[in-house]
Amino acid sequence: MSRVPLDPRTAPSFQTAAKVLLGDAQLRKNVRHATDVIQNKRRRLVEEKHDWQQMRESGRQIRAHALQHLDIYLAEFERNFTAAGGHIHWARDAAEAQRIVIDLVKQTGTSEVIKIKSMTTEEIQLNNALEAAGVHAFETDLAELIIQLGEDQPSHIVVPALHKNRSQVREIFRKKMNLPNLGETPQDLAEAARQFLREKFLRVPVAISGANFLIAETGGVCIVESEGNGRMCLTLPETLISVVGIEKVLPSWQDLEPLIQLLPRSATGERMNPYNSLWTGVHPGDGPTNMHIVLLDNGRTDVLADHEGRQTLQCIRCGACQNACPVYRQTGGHAYGSVYAGPIGAILTPQLMHMEHSQSLPYASSLCGACYEVCPVKINIPEVLIHLRNKVVEQNGWYAPESLAMKAVAQAFLSEKRFRAAQRLGRIAESPLVKKRKQNKLQVLGQEEAQTPGWIGWLPGLLGGWTDTRDLQAMPKETFRDWWEKRNEKGSNRT
Amino acid sequence: MSTARDVIFQRIAKAKGASTPEAAHIAYATIERNYQSAPSLDRAPIIHLLEDRLREYDAHVYRVTESNVGEQVKQILAARNIQRVLVPDGLPESWLQGAIFEIDNQQSALGLNDYTAVLTTATLAIAETGTIVLQNAPGQGRRAITLIPDYHLCILRTTQVVETVVEAMRLLEPTKHLPTTFFSGPSATADIEMTRIKGVHGPRFVDVILVTDEIL
Repeated sequence: MSRVPLDPRTAPSFQTAAKVLLGDAQLRKNVRHATDVIQNKRRRLVEEKHDWQQMRESGRQIRAHALQHLDIYLAEFERNFTAAGGHIHWARDAAEAQRIVIDLVKQTGTSEVIKIKSMTTEEIQLNNALEAAGVHAFETDLAELIIQLGEDQPSHIVVPALHKNRSQVREIFRKKMNLPNLGETPQDLAEAARQFLREKFLRVPVAISGANFLIAETGGVCIVESEGNGRMCLTLPETLISVVGIEKVLPSWQDLEPLIQLLPRSATGERMNPYNSLWTGVHPGDGPTNMHIVLLDNGRTDVLADHEGRQTLQCIRCGACQNACPVYRQTGGHAYGSVYAGPIGAILTPQLMHMEHSQSLPYASSLCGACYEVCPVKINIPEVLIHLRNKVVEQNGWYAPESLAMKAVAQAFLSEKRFRAAQRLGRIAESPLVKKRKQNKLQVLGQEEAQTPGWIGWLPGLLGGWTDTRDLQAMPKETFRDWWEKRNEKGSNRT
Repeated sequence: MSTARDVIFQRIAKAKGASTPEAAHIAYATIERNYQSAPSLDRAPIIHLLEDRLREYDAHVYRVTESNVGEQVKQILAARNIQRVLVPDGLPESWLQGAIFEIDNQQSALGLNDYTAVLTTATLAIAETGTIVLQNAPGQGRRAITLIPDYHLCILRTTQVVETVVEAMRLLEPTKHLPTTFFSGPSATADIEMTRIKGVHGPRFVDVILVTDEIL
């Protein structure tokens, strides 16, 4: 049941993938419906919190502070989690994390594990690695189960199967759960999942999760969820292995005050998630006795090193930016070629890939700023997008078209003479392309015939990208400067 | 050979310069926390708000005085046709009426799956969000007992109700090391067409008895 995971290293460019996906009317309808519903709920619940902006600001400061002192808080977390009976493992990259998890699972002697929805384990393509090692992972979140059984890929951070509607889900469950008479209501489908998974919760001895927050002060872990599958995985098995990005650490318990409010209102438009689980290490007689956390770098320290890009790591994975993004709402998540789609994915993925892959993603945005406005920890996504576009151009070298064009413009702007020469040259160069339209007006006797400014409907080569979808207005015959100087020479209306 | 841990710490130090616990401590104190941290309502409206929120989640809420808790439990269990109830250690005998009450004896998950109902108390409740907080403590038990049975009857005192999440987090500070579960209504999902469906894996039915031992 292995599927081809979303991999930024092999994915086509956003623009190429988007063109194909835009043709899928059902997908666009499903995505639009889901994002509309969440956005409306979110808006109502954000408006009722009069201290929302204060919470956002605190959330931003807490996350930025934790990153600024990441070494201190990771060491503190490690100390406290270990003292509480847990085991910490460090993974430099995805392959190392996969190896650690596989070894831990093998030590238990099981060939099956249950999983809580985790974007971090999707990022490191853990399920395929486990499968290759002879271990089958059962996804237990309803959406992840739909994705897994449908051999599909997640398209949203919070609601990974939002691109599927109920009849598509029914078809998958009918086939894969062998339920020919399965009904179509969401209740029927949820009940089928409950039946399918209950036996696994009671039997499988190892669970794998991510985490929403780590708390340095207590060595604590926090996982929020809706269905109770998380609680099943966190409390019933003997062994719990959590794969967590190093950026997820918070200094103290009190930092949850704003974050545990910001997250559910932003993510699902709920006042609180149905379930928040918090625990510190092993608690005799309550939950797993064998507890492991794999702390994952996998490019995160690279992001940390980039002063402008660092704020990307503040993200608490609420998905509000995806729901608000006019680009995501048209293309859905798969076009981004990464488990992190939408605006946050457009800045996170290329940075995690050391800017070697996903170079088209920083351009998958109109820079409208809706993502920044809804971000519960105030990540200035448009600012980072522009910063990354700059990096892409720099990386592609001086001979890249954008780079050459910008250098030429910079040269022209350096002296007035060159600027005027460039304007003259531009007027001459464009003249064969300009189409003039006569105004539909009677000519006033004694005056020149009135004409609208000319328009250019076609430009050659790379510039054609602009005129493919719109016309370009021709340069005016006389620039403002020319007009101003002439006017001064005449000496009229001088003050 | 340097370990993965060493390499990651070196990378972090290179990325932003190494920090010290003292520097972190001083900077931490400057974080602004200007959000609401005190209640804005009086006690009576706070309790009403909790009741409203719980009912929005389809929980049934009953308000009784201490001496009537046992009778209320009996009535609810009879109405729900429940004869056998799992309970943690530490509940008052007088509450346990109208069914066979079996104390959790650390049975396996499979054993817990035989129970359809569980009765517990709680650490506190948050009115604003309709949240009830459970911890591993007498009267509440380990986490699995409030998870596997399909029905949860939860008894809490109105003095345990706070208005905001922030107040709750501050009250929980001394017991922050305990396994803690916040639950807000029955388990739910909106994964299919964003339609909220009650009850996926956790309890599908939740009733709450509020014991009024303050003057409202």
